[in-house]
Amino acid sequence: MTPFRKSRRWLAVLAVTTGVMAGAAACGTGGGSGRPGQAGQATPAAGTVTVFAAASLTGAFTELGKAFEAANPGVTVRFNFGSSATLAQQITQGAPADVFAAASPATMKTVTDASLASAPITFVRNKLQIAVPAGNPAKVDELKDLADPKVKVALCAAQVPCGAAAAKALAAAGLKVTPVTLEQDVKATLTKVVLGEVDAALVYRTDVLASGGEVSGIDFPEARQAVNDYPIAALAKAPAGDLARRFVDLVLSQRGRDVLAEAGFELP
Amino acid sequence: MTATAERRGAREQGRLGRTPWVLVVPAACGLAFLVLPLAGLLVRAPWSTLPRRLAEPQVLEALRLSLVTASAATLVCLVLGVPLAWVLARVSFPGRRLVRALVTIPLVLPPVVGGVALLLVLGRRGLIGQWLEAAFGVTLPFTTAGVVVAEAFVAMPFLVISVEGALRAADPRYEEAAATLGASRWTIFRRVTLPLVAPGIVAGAVLCWARALGEFGATITFAGNFPGRTQTMPLAVYLALETEPEAAIVLSLVLLAVSVAILASLRDRWVGGA
Repeated sequence: MTPFRKSRRWLAVLAVTTGVMAGAAACGTGGGSGRPGQAGQATPAAGTVTVFAAASLTGAFTELGKAFEAANPGVTVRFNFGSSATLAQQITQGAPADVFAAASPATMKTVTDASLASAPITFVRNKLQIAVPAGNPAKVDELKDLADPKVKVALCAAQVPCGAAAAKALAAAGLKVTPVTLEQDVKATLTKVVLGEVDAALVYRTDVLASGGEVSGIDFPEARQAVNDYPIAALAKAPAGDLARRFVDLVLSQRGRDVLAEAGFELP
Repeated sequence: MTATAERRGAREQGRLGRTPWVLVVPAACGLAFLVLPLAGLLVRAPWSTLPRRLAEPQVLEALRLSLVTASAATLVCLVLGVPLAWVLARVSFPGRRLVRALVTIPLVLPPVVGGVALLLVLGRRGLIGQWLEAAFGVTLPFTTAGVVVAEAFVAMPFLVISVEGALRAADPRYEEAAATLGASRWTIFRRVTLPLVAPGIVAGAVLCWARALGEFGATITFAGNFPGRTQTMPLAVYLALETEPEAAIVLSLVLLAVSVAILASLRDRWVGGA
């Protein structure tokens, strides 16, 4: 009698648990796949365009977003700035994005390979600079100074676009640099310079400009070999549809080019 | 079966019968909520390429570094945290409540901010760091010791809170008896208090170790990321996620398997499966 009652109770508990788990699982898949599909199109949050953009575009795109809102009354532009690789993953996992602006063709390829966008357009290029802390304590003035073991260098990890570009530039110069750290993104790399923890780092020219004079940038000729193309595309399943294309048009327009050039980008 | 045994059985039944569904249902939900993401990892794991990925030297290097630094950080926390917990529980001084609140700061501080704060104090230009470098030529950022510092900073509150709780729950009469027998406060601490709260210390150390093992934000900010020197498993997972989500899942599973194995064996051995 006792063991029987006991086991029945356990069965009941088990049934509830599995029920909850199944429910949660159903919820999970429902929420995940429903968003970009029917649910996303049924509620396009009229007049909202969601732009996923590389972190280095933060300043320029925020300004362009305001211009877009001013030109299209009632329309809101929402931004998701972050590492291009992370953004690409989010888009392929079904995040409801309208526009994707990436810091490298490779990250854009993740999205086009999944047939979520086609025909991306290169709208700007970004070049590396040597960033040094105020006062340049290690007296760095060209790329080969970074190979000096006494100079502490921060680079981006090879997995993120700025790390790939840095590796390319160093290879072009035939230099072997042993960094003290391989940072997870370009902003983290720059932070190490701002705090004076490293003597030099390879970051984008735009990041040096955005730091507002806290670090100085040094141009170097090998940067020519490692220019990063930034592609932009309206996404195929864009919930905002037409607005997505209009935002891309603004970025490609003369107005967009002016703002981006001011932020330190090179125009193709 | 005797009558008494049957009565006892019935009483136990009665006790079981009162297990309130109001608690069981949310408990089951809570468990599902915690375990489901793990199921997600297991479902998406690339089982076919698993052995090849595990054999990569970088994985073993990161795992070894994670285990070594988490253990060292736990040791640091024990040496500094147990006395801190004792002071908080046994010594009354003005501002004790404030000090207790300060101890929990790393719990609420985003770890990345904790890492920046550590840089501002122990970095090359930090308040103490510049002095350390000038006097001893010691720099902590970008070193394995820096990883230990970052992990200890984030994990210490877990130990202090757990040990302080154990100290407060311990019967003070044993310590009082020892004092009346003429033992000094240090002797009482060593011979009476420590053995009394040993399970609490072990539980706190286990929690502390687990937190240190999973530490990401403070580590990457303060110690940077360099394979073999400062790249622990969570850092390797994060970077793998950028380009190779499957590799990240494999690394996470390794970390999970190792930590679950160690925590389970520790609990059986030291905390009596409590």
